Amino acid sequence: MAQKEVELILLRQWASHLNMPIFLVDRDGNLLYYNEPAEVLLGRRFDEAGEMSVFDHSSLFETTAEDGSPIASEDMPLGIAMTQRRPAFQRIRFKALDGTQRLVEITAFPLEGQGGHRLGSVAIFWEAHGQ
Amino acid sequence: MKVTLWGTRGSLPEAGIPTVRYGGNTSCVAVEGRSGQLLVLDAGSGIRRFGAGLDPAVREVNILLTHLHMDHIQGLGFFKPLFSPQARVQIWGPPSTTMHLRERLGRYLSPPLFPVRIRELPCDLILNDAPRGEFQIGEFRVSADFVCHPGPTLGFRITENGRSLAYLPDHEPALGSTRLEGNPDWISGSALARGADLLIHDAQYTEADYDAHVGWGHSSIGHAISFASLAGAAKLVAFHHDPARDDKEIDRIMQEAASACEPPCELIAGEEGAVFEIA
Repeated sequence: MAQKEVELILLRQWASHLNMPIFLVDRDGNLLYYNEPAEVLLGRRFDEAGEMSVFDHSSLFETTAEDGSPIASEDMPLGIAMTQRRPAFQRIRFKALDGTQRLVEITAFPLEGQGGHRLGSVAIFWEAHGQ
Repeated sequence: MKVTLWGTRGSLPEAGIPTVRYGGNTSCVAVEGRSGQLLVLDAGSGIRRFGAGLDPAVREVNILLTHLHMDHIQGLGFFKPLFSPQARVQIWGPPSTTMHLRERLGRYLSPPLFPVRIRELPCDLILNDAPRGEFQIGEFRVSADFVCHPGPTLGFRITENGRSLAYLPDHEPALGSTRLEGNPDWISGSALARGADLLIHDAQYTEADYDAHVGWGHSSIGHAISFASLAGAAKLVAFHHDPARDDKEIDRIMQEAASACEPPCELIAGEEGAVFEIA
């Protein structure tokens, strides 16, 4: 694999020091990293999951809108950040890999380097409280 | 290619007897290709003497700037070819989203910091944002990529005839990786330095210095050695010496580093005037 851009390297390091769940994908949506707080939320350690193609990670979680209706991955915050190059926010439900049902608020935004260089996108999760 | 160190000091020139051997001039390295093509890596104070000794018949020089901190551009206004109407000087610098390289360099090359404005230089001056990736300058294949240092900062890899020089004078790979023995895909600059015949790398700090300067953008000698090992470089030139360090201290630090970790490649303290042939 090729060396990651320095912005992604620094972002991963930054995320590894934070106590909020962070999920990092490359410009094609492939999973590059999630931090320890995200491991708790997603139900699997990153060292076990590893880097993953966009197809694999988007089909890994049983995800719905907050009201339980189906939602396409491109309509979720990370999908919007990737395809529309803008930040997005949404509450969604998903089944973690340890079987726990979770309601989370997700904020995602695209990453752009100097000269408009597309790097990837970041999603930040907050566990929400609701029915 | 022939690589000559014209300035090895970091941060600030430090002239005087205590630094006479490793030199007091700030970052500048000249690279001469087999056909005489000239590349200059950074324009610290060392570029003045390099330019002063250039054959007047030389008509074209390319300068690659890793970044625009003062110690990497302060010699620019004293580079002789800039004042020659017959010379063509191309300067390549890190791209910025907000300002062209001309405007950014113009902050220094204009009053009150400097008496001559860029537009008043008589040479044929071309200023380019260095592309992120590979590009060709004459016989040299140049790779440029952002590396870990405050502000947009490039590292360069220069390849000619299959042999390569990696130049990362200001680089703190430890900031983005915690440990430097991990996956090189996640270590800043590793692709530029991979398998380089000669790696010129930041080694400004001792290990104790580094602990007090995390995030300042520089490496300890131990980090430089680990990075060279990770990259599989054949020869490491420790560069960007701290201005507070005299020759004796540099000798001591190099000896201690070499005995502490057994460098995986030839380890040399960057010395002004040193010449390396990569063929």
